[in-house]
Amino acid sequence: MDLITLSVIILFIPLLGFVLTLFTGMNFKWAFLIENVLIVLGFILSVVLLYNKLSGYLDTDIVSEFNWINLGIIPFFGEIIIKLGIKLDNVAVIMNFTVFLISMVVHLFSIDYMKGDKRYSRYFAYLGLFTFSMTGIVVTNNVLMMYIFWELVGLSSYLLIGFWFEKKSASDAGKKAFIVNRIGDLGMFAGILILFVTYKTFSFQEIFNAVAAGQLPFNSEFWLTITGLLLFCGAIGKSAQFPLHVWLPDAMEGPTPVSALIHAATMVAAGVYFIVRIFPILSGDALLIIAIIGAISAFIPATIALTQNDIKRVLAYSTVSQLGYMIMALGIGAYVFAFFHLITHAFFKACLFLGSGSVIHSMHHEQDIQKMGGLRKKMPITYATFLLATLALSGIPLTSGFLSKDGILAGTLAYTSLTGNWFFTFIGFTVAMLTAFYMFRLVILTFHGEPKNKEKYDHAHESPFFMIMPLVLLSGLSIFIWYTPNPFNADSGWVLSKWVKAPTLSVPESARYPFMVEEQKQESIVKQEEEVTFSHEYTHAMHSAHVPTIFLSGFVAGLGILFAFLFYQWKKLDPNKLAAKVKPLYNLSYNKWYFDEFYNSVFVGGTLAFSNFLRWIDNTIIDGIVNGSATLTRGVSKVSGKFDNGVVDGLVNFTAYFSGFIGLLFRKFQTGKVQTYIVLVIFSLLILLFLFKSF
Amino acid sequence: MTLYDIIFYLFALVTISSAYLVVTVRNIVYSAFSLLFTLFGIAGLYALLGADFVAIVQLIVYVGGILILMIFGVMLTNKITNVQIKTGVFQILPATIGVGIFGGFLLAVLLNTNWLNLNVKDSPATTFQLGQLLMNEWVLPFELLGIVLLIALLGAASIARK
Amino acid sequence: MVTVSLYHYLFVSTILFSLGIFGIVTRKNAVMVLMGIELILNAANINFVAFARYGNFGFQGQLMALFVIVLAAAEAAIALAIVLNIYKVFSSVNVDEIDRLKE
Repeated sequence: MDLITLSVIILFIPLLGFVLTLFTGMNFKWAFLIENVLIVLGFILSVVLLYNKLSGYLDTDIVSEFNWINLGIIPFFGEIIIKLGIKLDNVAVIMNFTVFLISMVVHLFSIDYMKGDKRYSRYFAYLGLFTFSMTGIVVTNNVLMMYIFWELVGLSSYLLIGFWFEKKSASDAGKKAFIVNRIGDLGMFAGILILFVTYKTFSFQEIFNAVAAGQLPFNSEFWLTITGLLLFCGAIGKSAQFPLHVWLPDAMEGPTPVSALIHAATMVAAGVYFIVRIFPILSGDALLIIAIIGAISAFIPATIALTQNDIKRVLAYSTVSQLGYMIMALGIGAYVFAFFHLITHAFFKACLFLGSGSVIHSMHHEQDIQKMGGLRKKMPITYATFLLATLALSGIPLTSGFLSKDGILAGTLAYTSLTGNWFFTFIGFTVAMLTAFYMFRLVILTFHGEPKNKEKYDHAHESPFFMIMPLVLLSGLSIFIWYTPNPFNADSGWVLSKWVKAPTLSVPESARYPFMVEEQKQESIVKQEEEVTFSHEYTHAMHSAHVPTIFLSGFVAGLGILFAFLFYQWKKLDPNKLAAKVKPLYNLSYNKWYFDEFYNSVFVGGTLAFSNFLRWIDNTIIDGIVNGSATLTRGVSKVSGKFDNGVVDGLVNFTAYFSGFIGLLFRKFQTGKVQTYIVLVIFSLLILLFLFKSF
Repeated sequence: MTLYDIIFYLFALVTISSAYLVVTVRNIVYSAFSLLFTLFGIAGLYALLGADFVAIVQLIVYVGGILILMIFGVMLTNKITNVQIKTGVFQILPATIGVGIFGGFLLAVLLNTNWLNLNVKDSPATTFQLGQLLMNEWVLPFELLGIVLLIALLGAASIARK
Repeated sequence: MVTVSLYHYLFVSTILFSLGIFGIVTRKNAVMVLMGIELILNAANINFVAFARYGNFGFQGQLMALFVIVLAAAEAAIALAIVLNIYKVFSSVNVDEIDRLKE
């Protein structure tokens, strides 16, 4: 079986599970097992796909497509053939593997977590639909299919976030996620249309080739930048980047395993993955804006996460922050590390969410960390896995998070050394410190110290096997050894040195970052056998930035952890006093920078005001015109009605009466009596005789 | 004014006056009786015209056959018990006008036409002559007439029995 | 001198014919209508015989009169059968009530 067929089968397995589970779930109690078995099967097949692709076709992309719609030649436009297809490169198969792994553990975790829910099998069906949509995004080779599955992801996130729709907050959160995403998708759609109008194709590779051949939207590099940014709008929505990040914390209203799925593998990863896909056509200006948005999205949620008390909200803001990291890394050219961080983050963030789900489950749906504490003794396995994942997220050496985060920070340093811009470096290290701080705050408040709620603490217990097993699996994947043999430098590992490589840029050289322009070979600077990313200059900068990053990032992470312990474990410092001292800042953070309030007053309120204004226009002007025209019409109709009744009807009636009169007259002759007819015959005969008489 | 003329006028008067009664009298039985006199008168006219055989046939067939048939019809189709053997008349006025004009027109034609008026001598033996004609040149119509009569009898019987 | 000529016979037949038509048109009873028809037939017969007497047709005129008498007999038989049927259906032989033709 060739890999395309295999990937198509993998793609449709979750859909099959969705359909079967949805339609059998009503009558069949064990319907959820279908979905679980199918998703495990899908995982096994995706492992097979990963293995075959990486062992057999390491450096070749497998592409297959077919004509879906052939509209023929359209006047003023040209030939339109819409194709669907599959593209399997290393990025796709690794992502596919990740999606199925996370999806599988989420499925298994949910078996116990959701037990007793009244829509149990429907929940699994939705999970299958979610997995299907994300897989479609991963394996597609064209931007149209990407968009279709993109919207499917939006739909399934809506279904799952609002899964407990009896709760108003949950249904609101579902709507919010859907609508906020739609705002971003609007930009993405516009970008796709620009691409299609310009290149008459949706295929990534054909678009890249056309851009590389010098064909640009509207023949200007500026419009290429605009197109890239419009496409990025979609990623802003899906990956919850700065202006549109507000939906993600609210999405915590969904079941916790769903949060794990959204945050780790499916939804928010889609945005980053999309940028990874279209990276070759992003111009330097577009990348700069992307990096700035990523930096803002990394920083603001990190500050918000410092003061939140809901265990899932802290994790949600950390997800936004980490996604901002990835976007920023893409924006400054650290392509491979961004993707690497996407993968490693998927594992440990899924572990963190499932761990929090385990905690919430055992605490009987208590989510406030101020009411927890001391759970270390009650839930040792959950604690261990949670701690491991936290270490990875904080970027402590020997974890996978260290490798990827370190790479990104090294990227920022290299960017600084190449351009002299310190902004991203500063943000990167600050956020790293903040991340370490709030994550350890979370761990300490949850698992260490004395239990604050004695009653709930006494009832707390370690979770069942199906909830523990995924935690162990995922925390195991947070260790460096799966990615590289060297715990301090991932460059020599198989993921970065062999599997993932930065793509060749298609953007015209004049529109790139200066350091991405391939200069003349400078073989004296870099050793020949090493891979070159973008340019020798950039590769060199990355190398030289690497060692300082290790120490610096280790230092800031340690600093963050130290402060966390000082504040919350050893109580040397009082967080409340600090909060009182910097009251405005604390309030800003605690109230999430007032984003929701701002959006509520400006956009929702503005929309309402505008709607009221429009309603006024509607009521007074439009309705006035309508009523006026109605009155006018009525007047005209009255006149024409009179005319109708008097003249036209008169004529018609006259005709009718006349006909009736004639009929009455002639009716006399039509008696049905033969003798009458004979009389008539006689008379007519007489007339004829008089006419033809010869005398 | 010869005896011939007197006899003609007598027969003509009988014929026309009884015919007038036929079409005007309300009582059907009277009407049928008047028809008897009409037919008698016509038979007399035939005799005056030298057609003795036709006159005899007229008496036998009409008076002896058809008229009896008519009276049978009258009897069968009127409820004797009610003694409602009268018949109504209608559209007298248009009929009178129409028939009057029509009859006048026919008379005008009659008087304005220059008829061949040979006044041939009568043959004493019309029966023999007619028999020869029937059996020679008119034999086919004669046979056909027989068939028509047969079919008519069968048809009448079958219709009346239904 | 005999004054009676062809004209006189034709005059009588014309009167008979007109009376026959008058009878057909005015009488309500179907049998009376049949009588009118008989009058018309007889008027025609008088013509035949008169033309045979005053014309040079030989005896063929009388022959034709014989044929007419025979056909009249047949006609009367069938017509009376029809009248009987009408009576069965409508319980009346009044022609003015039998106006199905109108519909």
